[in-house]
Amino acid sequence: MVAQSLFFYAIAAVIVFSAFRVVTTNNVVHAALYLVAVLASVAAQYVLLAAEFVAATQVLVYIGAIVVLFLFGIMLTRSRVGADQGLTHKHWISGAATAVALFAVMAYALVDEFGWSRTPMPADPRIRAVNGSNTATVSDSIFSTYLVPFEAVSVLLLAALVGAIVLARKD
Amino acid sequence: MDDLLLNQFLLLGAVLFCLGVYGVLARRNAVLVLMSIELILNAVNINLIAFGALHGSVAGAVFALFVIAIAAAEVGVGLAIVLLIYRNRRSVDLDDMAEMKG
Repeated sequence: MVAQSLFFYAIAAVIVFSAFRVVTTNNVVHAALYLVAVLASVAAQYVLLAAEFVAATQVLVYIGAIVVLFLFGIMLTRSRVGADQGLTHKHWISGAATAVALFAVMAYALVDEFGWSRTPMPADPRIRAVNGSNTATVSDSIFSTYLVPFEAVSVLLLAALVGAIVLARKD
Repeated sequence: MDDLLLNQFLLLGAVLFCLGVYGVLARRNAVLVLMSIELILNAVNINLIAFGALHGSVAGAVFALFVIAIAAAEVGVGLAIVLLIYRNRRSVDLDDMAEMKG
């Protein structure tokens, strides 16, 4: 139990530091690589919350596909590969003020509402619901309760794929 | 009473969300803005899964999977649009795109 808290704070520190570097670094490629660190650490937090299937999907889809897509985007738009001072707006301070104010409001609301609620342990019997594992429960749920949204997402992905090809095609 | 607090995850999500908002507001490169949007979507996913764990239901995980799928679609179309802008203007600097300015 203590180990869980320890791992939570270690992973959270990696997430916060890497996310900060994603939005502040002067090098586009470094931003993409820090994004990999953020996404992998978020997958680790999912494992801590006993959602191992989502963690695997996060690694496959985000790190395997989306980050590669970002790297292709960086390559094709010929962003400067070295350090580039022009990546951040000169009025970044108002963006920072907005983000800090937003965080203050969110933190106040969250502490006020959920101050003492506890998440069940990942081995909690309610999570390991009927079929023994989270993955089995998730897949049963997708193909029964959430079948229609699942099919809608499939069609949306197809539409987005066709749309992206039409947009990016050279002619 | 030594296990994880729900609020640990929610506050981590809030920090990630605000860093993403800062990136969207302060970055000039369109690809970096898309990366910041990914940070925001990940913050939402952490919240969904934390609430799912709190209530002992898989609905949070299922919706997180939907969010991941939609994020993939969004990045595909978004990067295609950025590529098209680059082809037309030789730049992905968002400050240069001011045609709609009155």
